[in-house]
Amino acid sequence: MVRFKDIQVGDAIPALVKPALDRVQIAMFAGATGDFNPIHIDDQAAQANKLPGIIAHGMLSMAFLGQLLTNWAPQKALRGFSTRFTAMAFPGDIITCRGVVKAKIEENGENLVDLELSAVNQKGEQTLAGKARIALP
Amino acid sequence: MLDQSIVGREYAPFTVEVEKGRLRAFAKAIGETNPVYLDEAAAHDAGYRSLPAPPTYAFTIMMDADQGFKVLEDFGIDKARTVHGEQGFVYHRDICAGDVLSGRQRIVEFAEKKGGALQFITTEIALVNQDGLPVCELRLVIVVRNG
Repeated sequence: MVRFKDIQVGDAIPALVKPALDRVQIAMFAGATGDFNPIHIDDQAAQANKLPGIIAHGMLSMAFLGQLLTNWAPQKALRGFSTRFTAMAFPGDIITCRGVVKAKIEENGENLVDLELSAVNQKGEQTLAGKARIALP
Repeated sequence: MLDQSIVGREYAPFTVEVEKGRLRAFAKAIGETNPVYLDEAAAHDAGYRSLPAPPTYAFTIMMDADQGFKVLEDFGIDKARTVHGEQGFVYHRDICAGDVLSGRQRIVEFAEKKGGALQFITTEIALVNQDGLPVCELRLVIVVRNG
């Protein structure tokens, strides 16, 4: 279990490298979330929207960042989590999730750590930028 | 026509049940391997009443409540001209299988950039559980591209 006193500003939390995105996973995520926007399912529909083919849901990559967080601290410790979607992810992309401690705050009797988050693809391009606040013992 | 007058607009309240099977399907779809999200015994050991909803699952609750494209339908905006710009969550309490969550979507901000070529619509939903207690707030930014 991670403890507040052991964390320093600038520390990186353990990165999460996900297996390459595949079409089956994107289809499963569409079913699991109810987001059947055709640009995630049908290549022709994606191409009609000037995309090379289907793209992964931005929320799938955000869910990967969520895993990064819950692998590091229990979800009950999570106070806030937000992301900006900065680039698209495609089948075959390998997404790596990273987090760095930006601040340590004591507030309302809780020890809070603010993390800066990013998801990048195999070319090093950022697909998501985010923030999270986690309460640590 | 999108302008500041849309701020404050509210949509009909909704109620959604958090289903165990959906939670498992979601966990599998994201490649989750932590047993807390897949196995009820492990969830109980971790202090949950039942399988917990992962951090971004509240977005799925919003989709289940047909709230995902509410603003686009309301203003007749072509989905193909929009992107999901930002998503945020503030957490107050666990969401677990069997919970019945209620909320209502409200437009809280409107902004334009590049002389209206890009428009940003921000909505918020505060979810409360079956006991009337706040569980999670969602903040969604939709980007509309014009021209």
